[in-house]
Amino acid sequence: MSANKPVSVNAELSYQKAPDGSIVVFLKGILNSDTITYFYKELTNLLKIEIPRKLTFNCKDITYCDTIGVSLFIKAAELARQNNYGYEITNLDKKYTQLLNLFHPDTQEAVGEVTIKETFIERLGEDSLNLLGDIKESITFIGQATIALLQSLLNPRKVRWNDVLITSEKVGVNAFGIIALVNFLVGLVISFQSAIPLEKYGGTIFVADLLVLSTFRELGPLMTAIVVNGRSGSAFAAEIGTMKVNEEVDALTTMGLDPIRFLVVPKIIASLIMIPILTVFGNLFALIGGLVVMITLGFPPVAYLNEIVSAASYVDFLGGLFKSVFFAVIIAGVGCLEGLKTQKGPAAVGDSTTSAVVRGIILIILFDGIFGVLFYYLGI
Amino acid sequence: MEDKMEDREVIISVKNFTAAYGANVIIDNISFDVYKGEIFVILGGSGCGKSTVLKHMIGLYPPASGQIIIEGEDITAVEDEKKIGILKKIGVSYQSGALFGSMTALENIMLPMEEFTNITTDMRKLIAKMKLEIVGLKGSENKLPSELSGGMIKRVALARAMALDPEILFLDEPSAGLDPITSAELDQLIIKLAKNLHITFVIVTHELASIYTIADRVIMLDKKVKKIVATGNPQYLRDNSKDPWVRQFFNREAEVQTAN
Repeated sequence: MSANKPVSVNAELSYQKAPDGSIVVFLKGILNSDTITYFYKELTNLLKIEIPRKLTFNCKDITYCDTIGVSLFIKAAELARQNNYGYEITNLDKKYTQLLNLFHPDTQEAVGEVTIKETFIERLGEDSLNLLGDIKESITFIGQATIALLQSLLNPRKVRWNDVLITSEKVGVNAFGIIALVNFLVGLVISFQSAIPLEKYGGTIFVADLLVLSTFRELGPLMTAIVVNGRSGSAFAAEIGTMKVNEEVDALTTMGLDPIRFLVVPKIIASLIMIPILTVFGNLFALIGGLVVMITLGFPPVAYLNEIVSAASYVDFLGGLFKSVFFAVIIAGVGCLEGLKTQKGPAAVGDSTTSAVVRGIILIILFDGIFGVLFYYLGI
Repeated sequence: MEDKMEDREVIISVKNFTAAYGANVIIDNISFDVYKGEIFVILGGSGCGKSTVLKHMIGLYPPASGQIIIEGEDITAVEDEKKIGILKKIGVSYQSGALFGSMTALENIMLPMEEFTNITTDMRKLIAKMKLEIVGLKGSENKLPSELSGGMIKRVALARAMALDPEILFLDEPSAGLDPITSAELDQLIIKLAKNLHITFVIVTHELASIYTIADRVIMLDKKVKKIVATGNPQYLRDNSKDPWVRQFFNREAEVQTAN
């Protein structure tokens, strides 16, 4: 099938076999990206039938040949070498010969595709080393960030408050809508789901108890932290990661400005301020979600409110807030650390962002569990 | 240079072209032609809009007014399929290389062939390797852009621009950041391609040495008047231009404080 040959384009391959087993191939017309596939397929079909003693190209009728066209000769030369037969190009126009001479005849084989297969042991060793390096880097970062934070506490004028304000707006104010919505819906769904079984025992009003305790102690801080982690932790990693790729972080260092103080501290401070505030609002909206359910179930808002006040204490509320402070440190810390660990290239920024979000969520859940156990033993 | 005397076929024609970012006019109503097979250099001081002109010529930005006609078709007026048809005839290498970070050097060069031709995979590989060989990077096939040096990235970018053997190559600062030897080799390559394949080059550059070696014709843009202040052969302009600023530029002299 010569469907490869574009109808409108002038290209033709013909050949003559001599009795001594040599083949002369006549190339005619244009050799470029449109016709190369036609020529190549015709040639390989011809050589498939029989291996010649000698292959000669007669290029008298080539009207145009570019570097893509020249690749045909290089391919043919390689085939000839592989199968040990003679090979010659005749009547090729001087300017195309010059072009052909740009290439070494072994262009194709020169590059052994280097694919070193790693054994399982090698992989294991490499991964362990990477993990150790990772842990070391994280510990170093925690130390550096702590020192930088303490220094800023002692000397608040050294903090870049302008950056703190800008970050606060991004982390806090701009996240208000989604935090309110997520928590409202979670409150609504939990109340609704728990109302169904509780109704069987005639205790529908205890929906309020269940909701307020689970929200204050767990869901409010947790949902807020996870949403902010997805929104801002990733943004921190992407921002710092891009700066790293653009050598901006190096520039800061050589100017004598500590990147941690300059980039990380404002983000941690902003998160420390905004995430607890967001958690308070998150709690509020979860309770409003519960209120909607209770009203539809026929309870007056006052009854719901009274039940909440009697069920929850300040300890529950403050315990949740206390956790959210830790979540804030995790979100900002992990986001910035992953950003600073960014390797080269745009794909690396994507990797950092992903691992910032993933590690952030894992650590948030982990610490939530630890606090749960801790609070239990402390009797809170 | 002998091409200059042939009957000169216009391949790109820029007519009454004005470029502006918002209200900020960068280039004010310029016109020029590029002839087939010539090496055409756009020159000027920093910030005069050289790259802007280039980016408009390859259809990245719509001009504020005017036409840019490539082989008879106005790239500013066509869309979709027709525009892709024009874009297939041109290759562009960007100032920063703009290689795709997730692909190896070889894959970067194979990408346009994969998308626009029916060339088989092993031939695509061979052709991509040849292109790398042209720019002197044999052996770097499987490296990712992050593993290449700045100069190597530029050369891979040039190889990628040449992947489909385009009729016109646009190069934005091709030799900036290259060592003098590689830079000179690149100049020879450009001349060879222009002569043997009749590829037309449109090059934005500052490198005087390379301009004298390769340029058939230059246009020179000026930031103040936002127009072309000189057109012609660089050697001729250096010795004969009436504009002192143009002579200064070609002789690499510092700006003399004058009353203007």
